[in-house]
Amino acid sequence: MDFLTILQVLDASLRFATPLLLACLAGLFSERAGIFDIGLEGKMLAAAFLSAAVAAMTGSVWIGLLAGIGASVALSLIHGVASITFRGDQIISGVAINFLAAGLTVVVAQTWFGQGGRTPQLSGDGRFNPVDFPGAVPGRELADAGPLAQLYSELLSGHTILVYLALLIVPLTWYVLYRTRFGLRLRAVGENPAAVDTAGISVVGLRYAAVLICGVLCGIAGAYLATALQAGFVKEMTAGRGFIALAALIFAKWRPWYALYACLLFGFLQALALRPDLITSVSGIKVQVQLLDALPYILTVVILAGFVGKAIPPRAGGQPYVKER
Amino acid sequence: MTLGKLLQSLLTLDRLRGHLLGDHLDLLESRPIEERAGPDTWETSMSFMKSIMGGAAALALTAGAALADPAIIFDLGGKFDKSFNEAAFSGAQRWAEETGGSFREIELQNEAQREQALRRFAEAGSNPIVMAGFAFASALGEVAGEYPDTSFVIIDMVVDAPNVRSVVFNEHEGSYLVGMMAAMASESDTVGFIGGMDIPLIRRFACGYAQGVKAVNADATVIANMTGTTPAAWNDPVKGSELTKAQISQGADVVFAAAGGTGVGVLQTAADEGILSVGVDSNQNYLHSGKVLTSMMKRVDNAVYNAFSDGPGLETGFNVMGLANGGVGYALDEHNEALVSAEMKAAVDEASMKIQAGEVAVHDYMSDESCPALNF
Repeated sequence: MDFLTILQVLDASLRFATPLLLACLAGLFSERAGIFDIGLEGKMLAAAFLSAAVAAMTGSVWIGLLAGIGASVALSLIHGVASITFRGDQIISGVAINFLAAGLTVVVAQTWFGQGGRTPQLSGDGRFNPVDFPGAVPGRELADAGPLAQLYSELLSGHTILVYLALLIVPLTWYVLYRTRFGLRLRAVGENPAAVDTAGISVVGLRYAAVLICGVLCGIAGAYLATALQAGFVKEMTAGRGFIALAALIFAKWRPWYALYACLLFGFLQALALRPDLITSVSGIKVQVQLLDALPYILTVVILAGFVGKAIPPRAGGQPYVKER
Repeated sequence: MTLGKLLQSLLTLDRLRGHLLGDHLDLLESRPIEERAGPDTWETSMSFMKSIMGGAAALALTAGAALADPAIIFDLGGKFDKSFNEAAFSGAQRWAEETGGSFREIELQNEAQREQALRRFAEAGSNPIVMAGFAFASALGEVAGEYPDTSFVIIDMVVDAPNVRSVVFNEHEGSYLVGMMAAMASESDTVGFIGGMDIPLIRRFACGYAQGVKAVNADATVIANMTGTTPAAWNDPVKGSELTKAQISQGADVVFAAAGGTGVGVLQTAADEGILSVGVDSNQNYLHSGKVLTSMMKRVDNAVYNAFSDGPGLETGFNVMGLANGGVGYALDEHNEALVSAEMKAAVDEASMKIQAGEVAVHDYMSDESCPALNF
């Protein structure tokens, strides 16, 4: 196995990790504020559909991205109204959102485009194209380039802008959560909302803010799937990534930097599953691809079982806040 | 949140969904599902009828006509999957256009609906009832005996009952031909195969393809990957794209996608990265004109058309659609004529003749669950 092959696998890992990371950070904001969200999958799906649909109609991927974020935020608000304002069960509301998105996207796509629940293929400005860094070596000549040039051209350059954006959001999330007053209050509202309320700060307002941020990030994740990785929407195209993101969130114990590592690890496992030949050539054992696909979940269960430290969720998570009367 | 709670709620909701969709189906079935009438004749005769006899008589007439209508059930991929189900739909539509008849149809949303949909159509008097997909086998096995006067047609699977016609395709023969073309078009002597869900049927595609490749170039490498082991593998274009990129990095310059909706991602990435792809089931050459080498055509449309034309009481039993009777083949049209050289076409047509004459035997993976040309 040569260096370039390793880079190619890492490159694929990064592409796989990006939607996971965005969804994971979305879940982080929401759950840190005490709102469990298993509707990540549905929000991504709705955003993937609307971003591709609007990009196809307007020819501009940026308008598509905004529309995708809009769709995701709208679903977030439904989740917010159900679980914050009306104090419903957050899990039920989240699952309802998943079903709503799975059904609505196909039905609306069929009505608008008549292509069996797909959007038309995007081309040109209708999709996010790779950003080539200055001086990057094109793919065909890469094999002859030096290791540093390979690293620069293959792994760092050539991703869409959303990948770099996702990576930037990690330090931003850390800063917001741990270095701003808003972040402190947001974390507090997930641990002890009564204390926040006593301090005269609106619990409901903070939780809505968290849910909205969650919607925006999920929107970017969905748009990334449909307009950057793919050139259009296909039904159920999120294929469970929202749930893997949730697993990553638990694996990362609800912390931003660890979320990045967890998502990169899960992305790496998925990328490795594409190259069973590599594992065979390195280890000499024929590993079942299914095992690699299942590893993210197995690892999460291991973490939950307390073998590697303890994963403690935000204390007030899942409980609607009721003001004392 | 705890994982246990998450799993529990998922399970409950999945059951719930089954119920909801089941009930939904009842509602749908109480009226004819998207009755498809032939062009204009139906409308004009309707208004004529209405003007003479009034609404009640017309209603009775349509009810009578609906009785012997054929019906078709599409599988979970959906009838516009640009592939298997869409081919079935176009066959049904062609029949409706040519005969002016109408048919009933339903797209399944859920595994639990299979048996229910079958029963509903049989109860409503639809005859024959065509099922597009191997997954109907167990449901049909249950239902077929209860409606001995109804003819059933199942595509891609064999169900042994006196009133069932089992249509199977020799996918390995068609895949063999596109495998030959892929090997001839490849400059790197490495070609790829991307399957959807890992089931014997898809391995049969892969095995025929690999044999075709090796027939042209015994030293060529065939890289085969499956997208997954669950039905989600039919609709994961993102993974399809990444598999394509992984195969490209291993040197593949032609990839054959037999993967339903996942294939959309494969063909897209192949076109983006400047390599050739091969479509499946329907003619997919137009999806990326000039970048799809050919498509392995499985004439599901012919199977549906024949079944509808034969009508109630059609000849039952085992029906093999192979190269000889136009059941499988490769697609050649204006979108790929620049890619297929005269030499390539001559070689493939010759091989096709030999297979039909029995001079060349293409190994069928499903006959013994093994493949001489490819190691899964």
